[in-house]
Amino acid sequence: MNIRLTAAEVEHAASLLTEMVRVRLLEEKCVELYSAAKIRGFMHVYIGEEAVAAGVMSALEPEDAVVATYREHGHALLKGVSARAILAEMYGFVEGCCRGRGGSMHLFDRATHFYGGNAIVAGGLPVAVGLALGAAMTDRRQVTACFFGEGAVAEGEFHESLNLAALWQLPVLFCCENNLYAMGTALERSESQTDIALKAAAYEIPAWTVDGMDALAVAEAARRAVDAVRSGGGPHFLQLRTYRFRAHSMYDPERYREKAEVARWIERDPIEDLRARLSATGRFSDEDWTALRAGVEAEIEDAVAFAEGGSPEPAQDLTRFVYSEVPK
Amino acid sequence: MKTTYREAMRAAIRESLQRDDRVFLMGEDVGRYGGCFAVSLGLLEEFGPDRIRDTPLSESGFVGAGIGAALAGLRPIVEIMTVNFSLLALDQIMNNAASLLHMSGGQFNVPIVIRMTTGAGRQLAAQHSHSLEGWYAHIPGLRILTPATLADARGMLWTALSDPDPVLIFEHGSLYPVGGELADDAGAVDIDRAAIRRSGTDVTLITYGGTLPMVMDAAEQLAAEGIAAEVLDLRTLRPLDDETIIASVSRTHRAVVIDEGWRSGSISAEISSRISEQAFYDLDAPVGRVCSAEVPIPFARDLELAALPSVERVVTAVHEAVRHG
Repeated sequence: MNIRLTAAEVEHAASLLTEMVRVRLLEEKCVELYSAAKIRGFMHVYIGEEAVAAGVMSALEPEDAVVATYREHGHALLKGVSARAILAEMYGFVEGCCRGRGGSMHLFDRATHFYGGNAIVAGGLPVAVGLALGAAMTDRRQVTACFFGEGAVAEGEFHESLNLAALWQLPVLFCCENNLYAMGTALERSESQTDIALKAAAYEIPAWTVDGMDALAVAEAARRAVDAVRSGGGPHFLQLRTYRFRAHSMYDPERYREKAEVARWIERDPIEDLRARLSATGRFSDEDWTALRAGVEAEIEDAVAFAEGGSPEPAQDLTRFVYSEVPK
Repeated sequence: MKTTYREAMRAAIRESLQRDDRVFLMGEDVGRYGGCFAVSLGLLEEFGPDRIRDTPLSESGFVGAGIGAALAGLRPIVEIMTVNFSLLALDQIMNNAASLLHMSGGQFNVPIVIRMTTGAGRQLAAQHSHSLEGWYAHIPGLRILTPATLADARGMLWTALSDPDPVLIFEHGSLYPVGGELADDAGAVDIDRAAIRRSGTDVTLITYGGTLPMVMDAAEQLAAEGIAAEVLDLRTLRPLDDETIIASVSRTHRAVVIDEGWRSGSISAEISSRISEQAFYDLDAPVGRVCSAEVPIPFARDLELAALPSVERVVTAVHEAVRHG
């Protein structure tokens, strides 16, 4: 534990802590609202994995693009989509970021370059490669960060995408959120080679394995990787070792893992960990923590009130947005 | 000028690359090899490897990359060698290209054009010969084009690239060597309307793509017997031009649909159903259909021919239709 942090480092850590708490409290609220039948459909929460999104997003610029999975509430929030628009989307209301057409698994937002919300495992990787190809062909300095779980590694699209990105040296950062389970299938039950970084290395992509429960470590690795990608170093790959504390989805009875295993990982709660390290510096007090939480709670309560006040899109608009409405 | 379907398609790609810097072509062997069917021959030398981009054999990967590039503001033309291979990219076509606009509440349109060859007749057997454009026409969010003439091969691409949404172009493999006259100033054409390729009063033959030349031959043979067949080229399978179809059938009172796809659950079934829904009382006979036999297309020449629509089968179907009323 490094307690000799500079003021800037303390500020950076506090910022990461705030971002993680924003995700945590949003997700806890989502679970509550789901239980109250305010949110329906499939819903997957990110509790336990917050250090990954917080760390990677801290390294991105506003114009950078993000492609994520169906467990993406936190990624959307930290990329800049408002908690209001996210919750209203999960309520299925027109005030949502996708007018209620996407729901929990399909959050999209043009203004923040947030490209989903992809519920086909590995289906976002080729799209991320294409976004990076677009940036490369138009000489933009944009980096595309693509999040996916370790389950995606078994899909052909993973391999096709890594190969293309490396072959064409595209500005994409692959972020593998290795939480050890593809729904209920443990990594060692689905992969002959469980060191995922080696798979990326086989495509000549620089690949680093990072402690995904340590927000500072993720942020540092992501910063170096993003810098390398942006400066023309081609694709980079982060394997982020993490764990989801909750079930896969709201329907999951969790028969495939031991409670003791979950408990062991919860001891490494990334929020508690970073809070303790900050406290140890002597520059982050209990009052700071209370204020931080209060600020986030206010943000989430405001979002809930906003979503509660939302409205369904009229059924006569059902067939809008199948084709573009812009003039040809 | 004298040209071929292949050359007309190449001219269309060349014009698109010249007119719009955002346009590029990518796919398997489109560059160095010159295109599996030589459509893009010479374009690599003219436009360079960035814009004539050879890809690895990873249909899902490069179609998805095309979708991403379209989202990023480019106008990709993605070539897939055959419709059978496109099944490897079906996830990207269906779950992303066709769905993103709606799923994102209108935020992300996908201006991609995906070209592929389709159809049988060249003894390429069951993994290179199918006609699945009717399947694709099932999917909301896509536009499905089936150029059958030189003018459409020359003119549909630019209009497709100008469309803000995903467009799939199905090029029947047997059409590439077809030659003929094309106006020197031939250019972009509409992609909304069906076309009457031959006027007639006794029966409407509804077809598209690779079977159009055969159906024109059948109409000629029928004319010799005194039956005036109208030939309607659908051109676009989604959206279907109901207006032109119904107007023609309402004039001739009989219709035969000719489709190289299989019969069950097909575009021919959809067209027949629409005619029944919208022109039932104008019909003097049940709508006839000539489709491919419901088998994976076989290799052996005689068996392949037996599986496909033919002049003889079209003529027989027309005889059946005119026998009524």
